Amino acid sequence: MPDQAPTNSKQAALLVRNLNFYYGDFKGLKNINMDIARNKVTAFIGPSGCGKSTLLRTFNRMYDLYPGQRAEGEIMFNGKNLLDRKQDVNLVRAKIGMVFQKPTPFPMTIYENIAFGVRLYERLSKSAMDDRVEWALKKAALWEEVKSKLQQSGLSLSGGQQQRLCIARAVAVKPEVVLLDEPTSALDPISTAKIEELIYELKNEYTIAIVTHNMQQAARISDFTAFMYLGELIEMGDTDQLFLKPRNKQTEDYITGRFG
Amino acid sequence: MSEPSAPGGTDLHARQIVKFRMQDRFFHYTTQLFALVVLVALVGILVSLAIDAWPSLKAFGPSFLWTNVWSVPDGEFGALAAIYGTVVTSVLALVIAVPISFGIALFLTETCPLWLRRPLGTAVELLAGIPSIVYGIWGLFVFAPIFAEYVQPPLQDWLGDVPLIGSWFSGPPIGIGILAASLVLSMMVVPFIASVMRDVFETVPHVLKESAYGLGCTTWEVMRNIVLPYTRVGVIGGIMLGLGRALGETMAVTFVIGNANRIIPSLFAPGTSIASTLANEFGEADPGLHIASLFALGLVLFVITFIVLAISRWLISRSMGSEGL
Repeated sequence: MPDQAPTNSKQAALLVRNLNFYYGDFKGLKNINMDIARNKVTAFIGPSGCGKSTLLRTFNRMYDLYPGQRAEGEIMFNGKNLLDRKQDVNLVRAKIGMVFQKPTPFPMTIYENIAFGVRLYERLSKSAMDDRVEWALKKAALWEEVKSKLQQSGLSLSGGQQQRLCIARAVAVKPEVVLLDEPTSALDPISTAKIEELIYELKNEYTIAIVTHNMQQAARISDFTAFMYLGELIEMGDTDQLFLKPRNKQTEDYITGRFG
Repeated sequence: MSEPSAPGGTDLHARQIVKFRMQDRFFHYTTQLFALVVLVALVGILVSLAIDAWPSLKAFGPSFLWTNVWSVPDGEFGALAAIYGTVVTSVLALVIAVPISFGIALFLTETCPLWLRRPLGTAVELLAGIPSIVYGIWGLFVFAPIFAEYVQPPLQDWLGDVPLIGSWFSGPPIGIGILAASLVLSMMVVPFIASVMRDVFETVPHVLKESAYGLGCTTWEVMRNIVLPYTRVGVIGGIMLGLGRALGETMAVTFVIGNANRIIPSLFAPGTSIASTLANEFGEADPGLHIASLFALGLVLFVITFIVLAISRWLISRSMGSEGL
């Protein structure tokens, strides 16, 4: 973009410009412009159906899987437009990982759950793979709990452990960006606290974008917050500023619970 | 409720409970009866087959299974050729049909454009509705001549001199035979296997597939590593369903297999299957050893099908156990 300040693009991992998204004829996102800061946590809040998950799913082109869904505009990542038809979508997804609402361990062992994704893009020796699996599980604060049962099915873990396994799996392939789509909505408070702690740790090395229904969560863990409503980006800014001194009336109404 | 209390309300309530209990018991026994009918039919068929096959079983003993003779004038009967034909045509049909069905199911669930999904899915299901006699006449009058003229000679040129498998493609290219029967069979079982596979593939949660795509998997990698392991029970079930169909298929096979009660190693040669032997010979079989041997063949088919199902159950439980699912 010509009006893009050079310093800005250095600090931003993702530059979203004039993004529109369609589910068939329905316009799910309306002219979104925003920068996702590098090595920071950016939270997306807003009532159900406001487009926050949709926006997240454009960052790794997940919508490509579904006929009838399409995006227009630009999402610049490492100097290239992600939405470009010529852009290899598998490479994008290897660089921009995602964790979903519900834990989704693959039907294989804990070890394989991690190694599977790594093997897609790297040829590692057995010992290097062992190291990588341990590294990823430690990153996700799960190593101590599973190190003695790596060969058990990933489905044998508790919900919170499964979700950390999914985070470990996403981290293991060494992405630049990690997208979290309401990662704690199916978890109990203790597991939620662990995951929040984890997100805080991870931001030193990864750019994190998180969609959450929970405003307290956004306030606790994010550096920047974006408030969305009816497919539009209403306000985005420093998390403290947005929650304490929202510039927009709608934002204020939402965070004070006057509408939802 | 042995001592119903005096006020009418409570009494009514108690009677009501008794009535409900009676209804429940009645319902329980009725449905149990229906379920038992199935078991009785199963055992009844097995027993009556065994009784009618008894003269043959007594005359030939277990060697009936591995004797390669079928001579009505001499009164000598053995099932080997029919068993061979049945197993070879069914297994070959599966070898051909499983990859095709997998491809169809994969395309329908993963990559097919929305507008094509429904018509194509319906077309596959309609294929299953074609009566087998139609496959038979089509196989005999349309497929076999084309097969003999355009497929068999090149196959023979190409693979005929390869060691070990070369002999499978020897002999005159007459169209009808083991291979033609296998191909027609495979066509018949594809819709069954494909629609079961499609249905079980659709049970995989979207979010699980998205997680795999989210790591950068290609469609093939998602199918191979996520969808197939997740659905393997159903996939094996679908394949077994196809095998069951293929083993027992009668009319289409009778038309194209050539009906020669011999074992010839070439797949181009005519052969026979249990079902086609039964269809061909029951009408003119003499009472006595001949008809008893046909019943014995039926019994063998029954047992083979039973074994197939037992093995599939065993495979399924074993594969489920190892993954801890």
